[in-house]
Amino acid sequence: MAKAPANNDPALSEQDQDFALRSLQESFEQNKRYDASKEEMLRFYEQMLLIRRFEERAGQLYGLGLIGGFCHLYIGQEAVAIGLQSALDNDTDSVITGYRDHGHMLAYGIDPKIIMAELTGRQAGISKGKGGSMHMFSTEHKFYGGHGIVGAQVALGGGLALAHQYNDDGGLCLAYFGDGAANQGQVYETMNMASLWKLPIVFVVENNQYAMGTAVKRSSAETEFYRRGTAFRIPGMNVNGMDVLEVRAAAETAFAHVREGNGPVLMECSTYRYRGHSMSDPAKYRTREEVQDYREHRDPIEGLKKTLIEQGSNEDDLKAIDKEIRARVSEAADFAENSPEPEPAELYTDVLVEEY
Amino acid sequence: MAIELKMPALSPTMEEGTLAKWLKSEGDEIVAGDIIAEIETDKATMEFEAVDEGTLGKILIEEGTEGVKVGTVIAMLAGEGEDASDLEAPSSASTDEVSGEGKDVGQAESEAEITKPEAQARPSDPKIPDGTNMATVSVREALRDAMAEEMRRDERVFIMGEEVAQYQGAYKVTQGLLDEFGPKRVIDTPITEYGFAGIGTGAAMGGLRPIVEFMTFNFAMQAIDHIVNSAAKTNYMSGGQMRCPVVFRGPNGAASRVGAQHSQNYGPWYASVPGLIVIAPYDSYDAKGLMKAAIRCEDPVVFLENELVYGRSFELPELDDHVLPIGKARIVREGDDVTIVTYSIAVGLALEAAEELAGEGIEAEVIDLRTLRPLDHETILESLKKTNRLIIAEEGWPTCSIASEVTAICMEQGFDYLDAPVTRVCNEDVPLPYAANLEKLALIDSERIVNAAKKVCYRD
Repeated sequence: MAKAPANNDPALSEQDQDFALRSLQESFEQNKRYDASKEEMLRFYEQMLLIRRFEERAGQLYGLGLIGGFCHLYIGQEAVAIGLQSALDNDTDSVITGYRDHGHMLAYGIDPKIIMAELTGRQAGISKGKGGSMHMFSTEHKFYGGHGIVGAQVALGGGLALAHQYNDDGGLCLAYFGDGAANQGQVYETMNMASLWKLPIVFVVENNQYAMGTAVKRSSAETEFYRRGTAFRIPGMNVNGMDVLEVRAAAETAFAHVREGNGPVLMECSTYRYRGHSMSDPAKYRTREEVQDYREHRDPIEGLKKTLIEQGSNEDDLKAIDKEIRARVSEAADFAENSPEPEPAELYTDVLVEEY
Repeated sequence: MAIELKMPALSPTMEEGTLAKWLKSEGDEIVAGDIIAEIETDKATMEFEAVDEGTLGKILIEEGTEGVKVGTVIAMLAGEGEDASDLEAPSSASTDEVSGEGKDVGQAESEAEITKPEAQARPSDPKIPDGTNMATVSVREALRDAMAEEMRRDERVFIMGEEVAQYQGAYKVTQGLLDEFGPKRVIDTPITEYGFAGIGTGAAMGGLRPIVEFMTFNFAMQAIDHIVNSAAKTNYMSGGQMRCPVVFRGPNGAASRVGAQHSQNYGPWYASVPGLIVIAPYDSYDAKGLMKAAIRCEDPVVFLENELVYGRSFELPELDDHVLPIGKARIVREGDDVTIVTYSIAVGLALEAAEELAGEGIEAEVIDLRTLRPLDHETILESLKKTNRLIIAEEGWPTCSIASEVTAICMEQGFDYLDAPVTRVCNEDVPLPYAANLEKLALIDSERIVNAAKKVCYRD
């Protein structure tokens, strides 16, 4: 005998049957752009510009050999971190991400000097120079990294969410991962448990279209990542990650759902990275025209600037913000360049917490 | 102010490259993000993107130039209000001063010696007060009681894993915990080791004290990434900010007739990782005392139990709070003729062997390592000084084993005390077979320990 369709199963409660995996998307679509005040918009503009200029400078320092190893820049994706993190409750909520982490830290208002000093491997860096670009943390800000293994941060984020639930502190965890990490098995193991246990977590796929050099279409059977929670009864949201006001509006919807105890949300933010996967990227897998098209027509910073000017902001004022940010970034770069390297004795510290 | 545009590096190891192409000409307006040139090495091509804005002044290195050193000024950029045509090339001296990876940057030569922290003498087990009642308790109960006591003591402690709650534990180690602590603190997980090990690790980072049970450590191979990459390394990578006080526990090593995939000792694997504590107790006394210490420990702990030992009973002092020091070996039998270093299930085999050796006039000293990382060098070497002969009995493969490590310690630090070669007594170097006779042949037994001990005493 054929299995009865699930919605005829008397064991399912009425609420279960009515559960709509598109309910959040529908409510979000009714008002897709966050109604920001001028002050808020200026703040978003400033923060996105800080990420942009910081990352440009990081790229430059890498080019000069001052930053070693891998260095993954966030240029082009700024609206995602700023839109989402601006909606967090910074006293309770936690954030975790992968190795493309500079932008998320800057979005928290963490001092660009100590981030840049970590990139250059100096004692003053946020991890005393022992973590590097991919491994930065700030427990003070409830920023839990900065993880170098693709997808690992999703399961760890599930644990942070479990801690919020266990402590009943009202907080949620924002766990970012990329379209590449979205194909890792542990992501789905975590989604299953998060939904089963109704953990307060927002899974954010930052779909920047390429996993290193592999286009989404070449790696993913389902390229609409927001649908991938369906198997676990996690509602999905499809968000334009190049528009900070749209990301912020989506964040409001998702966070409210999670805070009401309804379990996780899967949000896909479509975005684009202008630079290579890391600094040593041959850039052979996409055309220069494609990159240029995004820069010219969909840039998150230019987009917000246009809105600001339409609403009466003065171009000179925006230019002054830019100038101030350039000065801050230069200061950070000088600091990072001139700070001392870690003392040799740091080699042996922090391996273990206790002495045995 | 004029800005110098310098030859960039594609990687930290790049020293020079070819300036393949200029995409902008002298006098062009540049905005941040413009691609101004293409740089090539034998490995890759990179676009050189402008960070600052201005007018491109003099191009100092023509396109097509090979062997351009990283840091060489390749062009000048005029800022606002400057005339690009006036810009002069900088003096060549400045190109030599590019600091970077591998170079001495702003760090004066340290006068301080780079001293590795010395291993220090570790505290011994607390003395059991006279008159303490001794109860006979199985290892299984000792582990359960340790967890229950710590869960009563600290609200942050919880246990998660497959079948730990309603089923009462696949090996009944968590029996009764659900009834006492409820489903919030005794959590059944789906069969999803990688996922729940990650969730447990993340919960520890978030301030809880998780105990993650693996049904056996064979299945923890699915999760080893979180144990090694997430739990062990984060404190170091974060400069000491992010602790991860999690206990990963479960049965380890060969069980009985379960074949190769379910029979492996992971002690040497985890003991090779800086940032982890690895504990492998044998009897109820150590199982309880070290489990309580592991749960209180601020560092991530891998706690290796043994299925075949769960049901064995041993004497356990009835104390309110029986906690033992991590990192301290225990001399479980004293002797002067030969040292047998061992841990976990092989402790029982070593004690059997010692009985038999005593019958032949050889007094063996048996050392139970208890903690595999950090390893108690002192106790091993002190015993070697006394007996001058040492063998290691380990239920596990010989290659790259704890036995190999102890051998190296004896060679490096105890060579002058040795009267015979240090000898490993391990399982055969094969995947564990299923057939009863082959399994018996593959596994360590007391007879092999006896033979090895006699050999190093030149009594074979």
